[in-house]
Amino acid sequence: MGHEQLPPGHFSYFEPEQAYHASKLGCWIFLATEVHLFGGIFAIFAVYRARYLEMFNASAHLLDWRMGLINTVFLLTSSYCMVRGVDAAQKGLNDKVTKWLNLTILFGCFFFVVKYFEYAAKFAHEPPIYPSTNIFFGLYFTMTGIHAVHVLVGVGLLLWLRALAQKKRYSPVYYTPVEMVGLYWHLVDVVWIFLFPILYLLPGIEAFGNAPH
Amino acid sequence: MSDTAATHNESGAGHADHGDHNYINWEKGLWSWWMSIDHKRIALMYLGSMLVFFFIGGALALGVRLHLFAPAEKLLSNDAYNIAFTLHGVIMIFLFIVPGLPATLGNFLLPLMIGAKDVAFPRLNRLSYWLYVLGALVAVGAIAQGLDTGWTFYAPYSIQNAGAVLCATTAAFILGFASILTGVNFLVTIHTMRAPGMTWDRLPLMVWTTYATAILQVIATPVIGITLLLLFMENQFGVGVFNPELGGDPVLFQHMFWFYSHPVVYIMILPAMGVVSEIIPVFSRKPIFGYRALVYASVGIAAISFLVWGHHMFVAGMSDVARYIFSFLTFFVAVPTAVKVFNWVSTMYRGSVTFDSPMLYAMAFVFLFLIAGTTGVHLATLATDAHYHDTYFVVAHFHYTIQGGAVIGLVGGLHYWFPLMFGKMYNEKVAKFGWLLLFIGFNMTFLPQFVLGMEGMPRRYATYPAEFAPMHQLSTIFAFVNGIAYALVFGNLGWAAVFGKKAEKNPYNSLSIEWTVEQMPPVHDNWSEIPVVTDWMYGYGQPEDAHAQH
Repeated sequence: MGHEQLPPGHFSYFEPEQAYHASKLGCWIFLATEVHLFGGIFAIFAVYRARYLEMFNASAHLLDWRMGLINTVFLLTSSYCMVRGVDAAQKGLNDKVTKWLNLTILFGCFFFVVKYFEYAAKFAHEPPIYPSTNIFFGLYFTMTGIHAVHVLVGVGLLLWLRALAQKKRYSPVYYTPVEMVGLYWHLVDVVWIFLFPILYLLPGIEAFGNAPH
Repeated sequence: MSDTAATHNESGAGHADHGDHNYINWEKGLWSWWMSIDHKRIALMYLGSMLVFFFIGGALALGVRLHLFAPAEKLLSNDAYNIAFTLHGVIMIFLFIVPGLPATLGNFLLPLMIGAKDVAFPRLNRLSYWLYVLGALVAVGAIAQGLDTGWTFYAPYSIQNAGAVLCATTAAFILGFASILTGVNFLVTIHTMRAPGMTWDRLPLMVWTTYATAILQVIATPVIGITLLLLFMENQFGVGVFNPELGGDPVLFQHMFWFYSHPVVYIMILPAMGVVSEIIPVFSRKPIFGYRALVYASVGIAAISFLVWGHHMFVAGMSDVARYIFSFLTFFVAVPTAVKVFNWVSTMYRGSVTFDSPMLYAMAFVFLFLIAGTTGVHLATLATDAHYHDTYFVVAHFHYTIQGGAVIGLVGGLHYWFPLMFGKMYNEKVAKFGWLLLFIGFNMTFLPQFVLGMEGMPRRYATYPAEFAPMHQLSTIFAFVNGIAYALVFGNLGWAAVFGKKAEKNPYNSLSIEWTVEQMPPVHDNWSEIPVVTDWMYGYGQPEDAHAQH
């Protein structure tokens, strides 16, 4: 393994192996900051849910859990495609990387299509539902909005990875960006895995738990 | 062989002849600076930008003090006064002292102190600086729109003054991003780029405090990010989270705000403690006393700092239980802090102390920080805080920690590493005189404010009863002495950076690895050959032990 296999300008003070580990550590630390970003708003959600339980439950019933579920499936599928993309990159199979990244991007875009219909349905609802309707919807739009921005950034990064794959940049010694973006994409996925039940399902789960046996 | 704790490969191949080239002059033109990924150049760019804001923020402070010179006389309208103290706070906090030591001395020294050629992600480092500049430009928008919420952006007032707050929170968000990227970069650098032999228990204390600071930056900053984002949403879409009219809770904003903003004062102060830990052994010619204790104290301060934010809100309507717990936990900060002070004093004890200007700053730090810490205990105590809360006592306490601590640490560090950074030497007489002026000016500005606070003068008021006038006047007069001292001190350094006489290599006979670079100032990639570390950095005053196993 030598420097010549790395694209010029990359980690000129590192051996490739070391560069990979440094990037991975940096990426995990960055993901930890993301967890804190979302953790803050989850904490706020918990505070207000405890304070205004009935209002939160009543509002959550206005969300369409089917759309949430479809988006969950889309994101999980895209994560699977991402994993295959990382695997292909580790083997240096640039064409396969392109293929799997295409699918990842596609499912990411599907997510936005559903999101569009979901938001549009809220605005078209009678009476219309806006972020200012109540704190639940304020938090709903903020949380899903910040998450959607993360998906958007992810799609942008995936397009960049795809461009590198088309230039045949990846090899068994250099696949770092694919793996790092993969980690980020999974994190965004995991955040949704928490958002979906907390926003859409909690009132239903509680109603189920309280039902007479 | 050199006296220092690091050896260099003497095979000859490594010692390239750089002639007169160093990191400052090897590429020319402003563009080469802007595009540079060299940690030393980025440090200098940060330093230059930050000092501009330091002097703007300082001028605003002098405006505030001038306004307060007389109880009735109105230099500024009440609104203008609110804007002036807000901008003083916002500029000093977000644009000067939060990037502060990590971005300047930390950036410059960290790779040199662990024997690396640069930080782990040089381009990310440059991105941090670019984001800082972007954040500063956005902040100018807030300045132009007359931000008057105080630097804390407390809801619900911050919801009513939408335009300026939008700019300010956006700026703070961007600056937070810069801070996080610096933190990530430093953590990875320390973990992956230490030179051979640079084990964790040989790591210079400055690196340890930088490490603890980076952890704080990484853990705390995202929380202020989400809080400011929610404030942004509140202003734009009325989400109601912090708005009592919509069922939101403004005290929740305070909780979220201080969860970041309390640890952030340790982001400011910890690297300054690192600077002091580096300076004191050199000028005492004694090994640092209690190296491990100092390391644990740094990490301990970082850990405890996350558990004490509630002490900012003792009178904001918390439950008694919460207040007892926060008060109790706050006292714990005093333990690692006291450990540090005792260790610094013990290092000086029976040492052959010389009083060069860096040492004077380090000693001033210990003295001033002692006052800052002990007055902090007054504020952590529930019974006394009920009286002191929101008075000038808090203002004085805060300025003792941040100006007397962080800024003095920065200035001391700049004096100490100045020969390394610029290869020049400043005028020692002027430096000493500037230090004296600063010490007197600072103390005489803020000691009267302790008295004012104890007498019950609330902070942030544009007017006051006549009985407070003498103390306010004393404070104002010496605030100008303080300001002149800074102009003198930085003028001396600035002059020396350009016209100063060439510094001799390692003028303070430090054993630390950063002074073993082949030339001063260093070349752009620091070392032609990565040094091999053979001992810790503090084996002063015992030549026969200098290379023994630590």
